[in-house]
Amino acid sequence: MALASHAIDFRAVGQVFATESGPLTALDDVNLTIAQHEFVAVLGPSGCGKSTLLRLSAGLMLPTTGQVSVFRQPVTRPRDDVGIVFQQATLLPWANVLDNVTFPAKHKRGRVGSEDRERAAEVIAAVGLKGFEKRLPAELSGGMQQRVGIARALFLNPDILLMDEPFSALDALTRDAMGFELLKLWQASPKTVMFITHSIPEAVLLADRVIVMSARPGRIIADMAVPLGRPRDERALRAPEVQDFAAHLRELLIAKEPAS
Amino acid sequence: MSASAETQAKSPRAEPTRKPFSLPLSERMIAMPLVLPLLTFAVILVLWETSTRVFSIPSFILPAPTRIIEGFGAVTPARWSAHVWATLRVALIGYLVAIAVSLPIAIGLAKSRLLSRAFYPLLVVIQSVPVVAVAPIIIVVLGTDDAPRVVITFMIAFFPLVVSMTTGLMATPPELIELSRSLRAPQYREITQIRLPYAIPYIFSGLKISVTLAVIGAVVAEFVAADVGIGFFIQFSTSMFRLPQAWAGLVVLVAMSLILFQAVSLAQRLFFPWSLPRERR
Repeated sequence: MALASHAIDFRAVGQVFATESGPLTALDDVNLTIAQHEFVAVLGPSGCGKSTLLRLSAGLMLPTTGQVSVFRQPVTRPRDDVGIVFQQATLLPWANVLDNVTFPAKHKRGRVGSEDRERAAEVIAAVGLKGFEKRLPAELSGGMQQRVGIARALFLNPDILLMDEPFSALDALTRDAMGFELLKLWQASPKTVMFITHSIPEAVLLADRVIVMSARPGRIIADMAVPLGRPRDERALRAPEVQDFAAHLRELLIAKEPAS
Repeated sequence: MSASAETQAKSPRAEPTRKPFSLPLSERMIAMPLVLPLLTFAVILVLWETSTRVFSIPSFILPAPTRIIEGFGAVTPARWSAHVWATLRVALIGYLVAIAVSLPIAIGLAKSRLLSRAFYPLLVVIQSVPVVAVAPIIIVVLGTDDAPRVVITFMIAFFPLVVSMTTGLMATPPELIELSRSLRAPQYREITQIRLPYAIPYIFSGLKISVTLAVIGAVVAEFVAADVGIGFFIQFSTSMFRLPQAWAGLVVLVAMSLILFQAVSLAQRLFFPWSLPRERR
């Protein structure tokens, strides 16, 4: 029943931005359904409207045409059951880890209660930052900062987690480690995840399904299940059928790269 | 000690006894931030003193540092403190008024493109008016008590504040604004909990510029109309041809500006250490 219920629905969604050089079509006729507790990676070149897809789901913008629904309700404004992790951790530099994680409570309700602090301790431990509660962001590495960003998104216990290239600012080793950590988190407490990335290995490692988008205007050109069971480890990634799958994704992306 | 380090460095046999990472003299001087400028200042003072004596420069052209020190004695300490207090009071009140006025203006400019389009050019026009030229008009309009002097100080001090505050309020990462919107938090909290704290480094650079400008503003106002204050004292002294004591007044003004500037820097270090680059915390 869980898999049957729709978490996010895009119906014939188009997005046009007004720019100085005329209208720019970011998304064109996007149809996509993400089931509850599904982990979907959206893969595409820069400027293909991946982030627009995420912001539409978050209710931070409304589509020019078509309709976006979350749990079968049309999205008309930001929702409480959606958490966002950005490309940069974008923490508050003056607040320590604990205050950054509880910031959504302070910002939304104006106060941080004791149950908020308990919840924060929970998510901080979940992302492996126990003992760092009093550190300022500047005292943390890039990977640890993004862990705080993830903890902040998990703090309000959203049903849907929207991640906008969350590991792209990290070095390759940290990036792999964070990927596995995210899988662990997701398996411990399943959520619907929309994971924007331009990294094929990352998409294959993390997702149940990979959506491939073309560059401007952003269209869905492929929607494929990842041929990998769970739990996953590095060895599984080296299996020949997984390698073939990754190669196929690469071909799709290269074919759609505009000739320069 | 430095000499022995130099000789040891030259002799290869002395290498094992040499301290690891011993730096050349020039770099060690750079590492001591106060020594070098004080040394430069002392050298300039000595050159100044000797040249005024050797070339017998008259004190109304350039008084020797020792004559300037004598100039401090021309007036009683009670009179000095009256002058200092008058200037300091006008500078500080004008400064505080400038802060109080520029903050809401900056918030308006940062939040609304309409307001920014409508008012920014006007602010630039106001800033382009030479305050020294308007000062006599303001004095006539507002009378001769503190009010016109505060207004003149305010006019000189407020523009850098508006610019730095507006820039700072717009420097917030757009993701944090999106986070705020996604939480559907009240609008004012976006200002108080995100934009304003983010603007702190910018605000303080404006505060540092403006605090020295406020002293200039107070002095300009005193030049035009005052019977007390360091600006008045300098003008009065020069009109009486007592140049060493005018120079003494100038030294007091420089000291006042420096102390105010350092006070603002200290406030930033004490209350907002995170807003400073790491090595200056």
